[in-house]
Amino acid sequence: MSEVFVITSGKGGVGKTTTTANLGVGLAMRGKKVVLVDTDTGLRNLDLLLGLENRIMYTLIDVVEGRVPYKKALVRHKKHETLYLLPTSQVKDKSAVNPEQLAKLCEELRKDFDYVLIDCPAGIEQGFKTAIAAADVAIVVTMPEISAVRDADKIIGELARAEKTDIRLIVNRIRPQMVEKGDMMSMEDIDDILSVKCIGQVPDDELVVTSTNRGEPCITIDKSLAGQAYRNIVGRLCGEDIPFMTFPKEGFFARLKHALGM
Amino acid sequence: MLEALLKLFGKKEPSGKVAHNRLKVVLIHDRANVSPEMMENLRNDIIEVISKYMDINKKEMKISLADDDDSVALVANIPVSNMRHEKRKDDEPASKN
Repeated sequence: MSEVFVITSGKGGVGKTTTTANLGVGLAMRGKKVVLVDTDTGLRNLDLLLGLENRIMYTLIDVVEGRVPYKKALVRHKKHETLYLLPTSQVKDKSAVNPEQLAKLCEELRKDFDYVLIDCPAGIEQGFKTAIAAADVAIVVTMPEISAVRDADKIIGELARAEKTDIRLIVNRIRPQMVEKGDMMSMEDIDDILSVKCIGQVPDDELVVTSTNRGEPCITIDKSLAGQAYRNIVGRLCGEDIPFMTFPKEGFFARLKHALGM
Repeated sequence: MLEALLKLFGKKEPSGKVAHNRLKVVLIHDRANVSPEMMENLRNDIIEVISKYMDINKKEMKISLADDDDSVALVANIPVSNMRHEKRKDDEPASKN
């Protein structure tokens, strides 16, 4: 049985594409057959994050306009052979695909893949409405930042209005030491505000930057904390019961020092 | 305990907590879809009603929606500058003893 996920956030720059790439690679590492669909037409980046930017021949636009069958537009990942990317166009804009076209395409993709992951553009306009059209599950990515949480709340409201009831939350780029000091909202704080099932907290990790530079998602790096967080999320998506990771904590004396402003 | 200590040393509330509280309030407004215009109308109507009974300081008056555990509360802070007393019996000058 295949599942269609949309990865969305409202606000830009919170890590939708990074999350899509990591979850895609993670599911493929478990032997699942996965296709990643980039719907961020005009601002595509999923190809870059996966290191597939030089292998694009056809795009989502060619497929929905009927110029090529979707199989011709798919780019297969060399390392993870069950992972495919359906890239979008960098020259067209969001109006090039409508919700019905994407829904129809997803019905076809369901037949061939275990997981269809749709990378949604930022915003709540047509691009968003198209991206969520065919999804069974919406994964909302947010950050422990006031604007990102507010936008996530807006997106959750929009998803509910579109009758998407299976909504899950990922809190990205947490800085555990700041949370510890009380200077950053924790996953629990955000959970309390948004009341959506949280499936993971991803720490801010320099390896995300360096691995992105190389076009290899950090989920493949054993020592990466963010990679570990993504591996846990993949496990949870596969139905495993994995406890949330705890971050190394500051000791009592360090806390007291902070409290006393020393 | 920690909070008391922080207060003792004149420390500000941790910014994470501030963000959390600000978000709670702003989301009440976002979710309720309450326009500033509606709040202004509500404010004016409240002033009109209360002014029948007492003089209030309109400039200092504040009304807002707030988070009250699991429900939303309409909180109004209305400074009273003067009670209207002309119609009240017991406000008549007391007889000298």
